[in-house]
Amino acid sequence: MATLTFKDFKSDQEVRWCPGCGDHAVLAALQRVLPQVSQILDYAKERYVVVSGIGCSSRLPYYMDTYGFHSIHGRATAISTGIKVANPWLTVWQACGDGDALAIGGNHFIHAIRRNIDINIILFNNRIYGLTKGQYSPTSKFGAITKTSPYGTVEHPFNPGSLVLGAKGTFFARSLDVELKLNEEIMKAAALHDGCSVMEMLTNCVIFNDGAHKDISDPAVKADRTIVLRHGEKMIFGANKDKGLVYDGSRMKVVQIGVDGVTMDDIMVHDAHSDNIALHIALADMKGPDFPVALGVIRDVEDVTYDDGVRDQLKEVARKSTIHCVDDLLRSGSTWEVK
Amino acid sequence: MQHKQIETEDVVIRFAGDSGDGMQLTGSLFADMSAIFGNGLSTFPDYPAEIRAPHGTVSGVSGFQVHIGSGEINTPGDFCDLLVAMNPAALKANAKWCKPTGMILVDADAFDEAGMKRAGFQTDDPFTELRVEDRALIIAPITTLTEESLKDSGMDHKAILKCKNMFTLGMACFIYSRPLEYIFTYLEKKFSKKHPEVIAPNKKVLNDGFNYAANIQAVPNTYVCPPDMHKKPGLYRNITGNQAVAWGLLAASEKSGLPLFCGSYPITPATAILEELALHKSLGCKTLQAEDEISGICTAIGASFAGNLAATTTSGPGLSLKSEALGLAVMTELPLVVVDVQRAGPSTGIPTKTEQTDLAQALYGRNGECPIPVVAAHSPANCFDAAFNAAKIALEHMTPVILLSEGFLGNGSEPWLIPAMADYPEIKPPFVAGTLQEGEKFKPFERDPETFVRKWAVPGQKGYEHRVGGLEKNHAGVLSSDPLNHEMMVRERAEKVAKIADFIPELELDGPSKGKLLVIGWGGTYGHIKSAVMEVRRQGKEVSMAHFDYINPLPRNTKEVFSGFERILVCELNSGQFAAYLRDCMPEFEYVKCNKVQGQPFLVSELVQAINKEI
Repeated sequence: MATLTFKDFKSDQEVRWCPGCGDHAVLAALQRVLPQVSQILDYAKERYVVVSGIGCSSRLPYYMDTYGFHSIHGRATAISTGIKVANPWLTVWQACGDGDALAIGGNHFIHAIRRNIDINIILFNNRIYGLTKGQYSPTSKFGAITKTSPYGTVEHPFNPGSLVLGAKGTFFARSLDVELKLNEEIMKAAALHDGCSVMEMLTNCVIFNDGAHKDISDPAVKADRTIVLRHGEKMIFGANKDKGLVYDGSRMKVVQIGVDGVTMDDIMVHDAHSDNIALHIALADMKGPDFPVALGVIRDVEDVTYDDGVRDQLKEVARKSTIHCVDDLLRSGSTWEVK
Repeated sequence: MQHKQIETEDVVIRFAGDSGDGMQLTGSLFADMSAIFGNGLSTFPDYPAEIRAPHGTVSGVSGFQVHIGSGEINTPGDFCDLLVAMNPAALKANAKWCKPTGMILVDADAFDEAGMKRAGFQTDDPFTELRVEDRALIIAPITTLTEESLKDSGMDHKAILKCKNMFTLGMACFIYSRPLEYIFTYLEKKFSKKHPEVIAPNKKVLNDGFNYAANIQAVPNTYVCPPDMHKKPGLYRNITGNQAVAWGLLAASEKSGLPLFCGSYPITPATAILEELALHKSLGCKTLQAEDEISGICTAIGASFAGNLAATTTSGPGLSLKSEALGLAVMTELPLVVVDVQRAGPSTGIPTKTEQTDLAQALYGRNGECPIPVVAAHSPANCFDAAFNAAKIALEHMTPVILLSEGFLGNGSEPWLIPAMADYPEIKPPFVAGTLQEGEKFKPFERDPETFVRKWAVPGQKGYEHRVGGLEKNHAGVLSSDPLNHEMMVRERAEKVAKIADFIPELELDGPSKGKLLVIGWGGTYGHIKSAVMEVRRQGKEVSMAHFDYINPLPRNTKEVFSGFERILVCELNSGQFAAYLRDCMPEFEYVKCNKVQGQPFLVSELVQAINKEI
């Protein structure tokens, strides 16, 4: 098979996101990573289907030169599910937003995760409704002032990570729009994961929620307020790489290496494949000011997938059944002859 | 005891009891047995929404009516010859359905003070109170006799009481001269693996019921309804409408060579379609029980995009939830079959009762100008062809299709001459063919100049990568908000549906092509209208009828058929939705409406009256 490149996945459509929008970087990462994935898995380009719902990020399929489906608000996950079940040979990527996937489409989102259907969901989280011009979303911070909350919201936001892991998700990763390399890294991991992969991309909305993630993405503070988790590596962070995470069996703690007798040996090693989901939830839930926000692949575990289950059951039933065509079916059970 | 045996052309029996009394099973067994005996038949289950409604109350009464005959049977019958009432509430709810010449069989043990009170009787004589005291009454202590029959069976008391319906069925079999062998075979088949211990007691109680009826004075005569000798030879089976829809979709899957995918959410009275399809994985059918109605249709749309024959099954409230996604299927021009087994609405309405009130929703219930072909099934067995044809239209014309069924059809059953799949046409979707030239781009919304149908490029085909979606676009599939392009696309989508008229059968006229009155209907009213028209003709009057299986588009000769008549009587189980549609499509004719919105099918007698009023 001819090696695919970035260009093969770029459509001839003009990208219409606002200049400075975080979505550009996510699109670029996806276009960069799919050729690599194709090489590893020996996938032809026509195997890819990119699905989306409605919202700014959901324009993404038009910019990918693959089969694409720009569906309706909130329903991308259901459309993706149908595509994957109907033809498991296809590899499905999905772009959806925080309002799209977690408000109007919340039901489909949690159920796709529960079923562990083998699709790759990129959740663009800018904590705002952008396409409708600035209303609060289910991930807007408590008290967020938006057009529909001029005096501040009085509702708690979802943390997509805890939602995914609460539904027993088998793969959850998080990154910032500007982290091009990390984005490629987690997208590749998601592609190789068999099951429902959710990648939360913390994106900025320059127009309606500028600085949506500035508290962690600002270069001045990023190193101290985020931690990049990699399977098998020590959980250390900070501008001087001198902070780390320890877990005393029930609680996570941030420690300073070299202070109070803490050595590198005390720092936890990240195990993304662990079946200890409580630990992964604790990592996904971390937030400032006491904790860094976790980026990277937080959880990546194997489990049976829905699409495999459907396929295997079909084969198994067909093997045992005496009904192999509709004529057999029509004549099965109780019948009688009129002469 | 000697009974006079009377030969009869047709018999209607209504089994009624508490919703836990097993009346649905009793009725189905009697129906299946009669079918195998060679009778024409039609059944009508009439049950409450609650699985176990309050014991002994009128609201909890479950009924099953079966009409058997020596000739063609088109309806479950208006009134019954035998009413079986297992308790006072069942008698109260159903006495009005017993013919003046009919028999009423009751379980005397259930007519105690408490039972009478729960059913709300004012006196201690329920028959006089309901003014049915002059019917032939068979008052049998069924509970006591069942207990007596099974006292040595080793079964516990609760299990023994559950056999009351079998004792009653045994009695009914005696009255209508039915041998018990069929039921014995059924019991053996059903229970031999899991509960072989229940076979012998059930057989015994059936036999005891049969013999008891033979020995008592109260059964005045016995009846025999000979088989229908004019039935076309061949292999028959009994089939419900919901089962037939499922099988029709499987048949379309086979004839198109596309795997069937059904994404559905359970809803009364459509659930049995999903249940039936879930059984047939050996035919490659994938069923997905979705998290909600919207996911049902959206997974189906996804499956359709991926190249399956996709379906979603629902009832009225579910169709409402699917509206937005239906628009997406129209906009993306993907094949999809949406089955709506209609029930009494609006909102939750009366879920277990039948109606034809979703026609307007099927025709118009979406945002934007959003035309969808609408087809309707006219009898339980016809649901097979209706589903097959709906799928054929969807696949060959690249459009969602709404198939309207009804609770009455879905749950009702009739004998069906089993067809051979070799007699059904192939289904040929407009797949793209060949490889594209270097630099050539696939234009997903370019249309066939004759049919206006677009080509279908299923993901996985090299070179045909394209995007579809809910946004307006041009023929090349490129997004466009150009005003003239939009208007053109709106017109073309409508035109594509209108052109389907060239591919569906013409409207059949039953009776003279000219006259005073044409009686028309659509969907499940077919049997009742046909019976009524036959009755009016028996009375010596001339009347014609035509029945619509295709509603959008209408058969292309509709205008021609209508133009032979002074007036058109439109019979439907709603307040006049089809009539309004026809007035809109063909305002030049005079339409008279005949409507009923009671959650119940028409009575033939009501239609006879309505027809006679117009001629």
